[in-house]
Amino acid sequence: MARLSGLQRDVLTLYRRCLRACRTKPTETRANFERFTRKEFGKNMALDKKDFGTIEFLLRKGTRQLEIYEQAGVRNIAG
Amino acid sequence: MALRLATRRLALAQQAPKVFRRGMATPTASDTLAHTKGEPLSTISEATSASRAPIPPSKTTTIKEPETDPQAKIKTFHIYRWNPDEPTSKPKMQSYTLDLNKTGPMMLDALIRIKNEVDPTLTFRRSCREGICGSCAMNIDGVNTLACLCRIPTETAKESRIYPLPHTYVVKDLVPDLTQFYKQYKSIKPYLQRDTPPPDGRENRQSKADRRKLDGLYECILCACCSTSCPSYWWNSEEYLGPAVLLQSYRWIADSRDEKTAARKDALNNSMSLYRCHTILNCSRTCPKGLNPALAIAEIKKSMAFSS
Repeated sequence: MARLSGLQRDVLTLYRRCLRACRTKPTETRANFERFTRKEFGKNMALDKKDFGTIEFLLRKGTRQLEIYEQAGVRNIAG
Repeated sequence: MALRLATRRLALAQQAPKVFRRGMATPTASDTLAHTKGEPLSTISEATSASRAPIPPSKTTTIKEPETDPQAKIKTFHIYRWNPDEPTSKPKMQSYTLDLNKTGPMMLDALIRIKNEVDPTLTFRRSCREGICGSCAMNIDGVNTLACLCRIPTETAKESRIYPLPHTYVVKDLVPDLTQFYKQYKSIKPYLQRDTPPPDGRENRQSKADRRKLDGLYECILCACCSTSCPSYWWNSEEYLGPAVLLQSYRWIADSRDEKTAARKDALNNSMSLYRCHTILNCSRTCPKGLNPALAIAEIKKSMAFSS
């Protein structure tokens, strides 16, 4: 695999953080969180990899979402 | 006798012939009934309209071109637009024209009118419309200010340009993301810190002279106009606290009732939090409330210099 750019590593870091956060969730709903994570990332799969502004915006948005959803009060997720 | 005379006169009037009664404005119920009885409605309406000549439809129509007001003061507003729902699209400037005669005097009035009448998708924050809440902070014609305190320049030849606060992440259109700003505000502990209870067990009181030290500090509404106008804050917004937060910090350092003054100063005593202020004075120049954050920062620096 080719060497990744900083932005690509940021995206992967966020993805791994999301999947790690899923592990803190209750066992019965963990699959929902994982499915949600994959779907959110999959939505922007077709994005042009040189569209830095958009990727940075989506990273910020994703980090904000992660901070909210990883709170212990969030037990389940839909969609 | 007089009473009887009066009643007789009344009785006379009631017996007056029908012609006279017709002349009065209020025909009795029996009169109208007599007309309608047995006749279809159409004949009546025809009878009443027979005296007027028919008007050709070209003259009766109400549809016509709206007249252009010769006194109209048309002004153009260029407004920054960006929609987060289409993240791949680039931000753009959109132009709107308004007649200033029909608009209120302030920029916020113009924005509200555009949102109400022209483009409901335009997004901006506003609440009090009188410079108390600090919601409508934005960059108008190159100056950070509150839209509700900024008059629309009356010369119509010049076009107004409205942007969100500079060097902030944009949530949508004119709405900036102030999360970082509020986090920094939280970090200075903007509340009274005391370990000892007040001597008489009631409120924490202070003298009038001590209270006067807070004038020019407590009025700050945290609109973030000053912080986002500071070049030093632009480049170091992660670590440098910025004029608004430092002004608030000084508000608590200067408070005679606060007992953690030393700890507050200690928290600022590093190269980044406070000393990134290079007295550029953009903050004092732009403050829509007329406060002087640069002076407050200078006071903190002075007290740090003397205490250490």
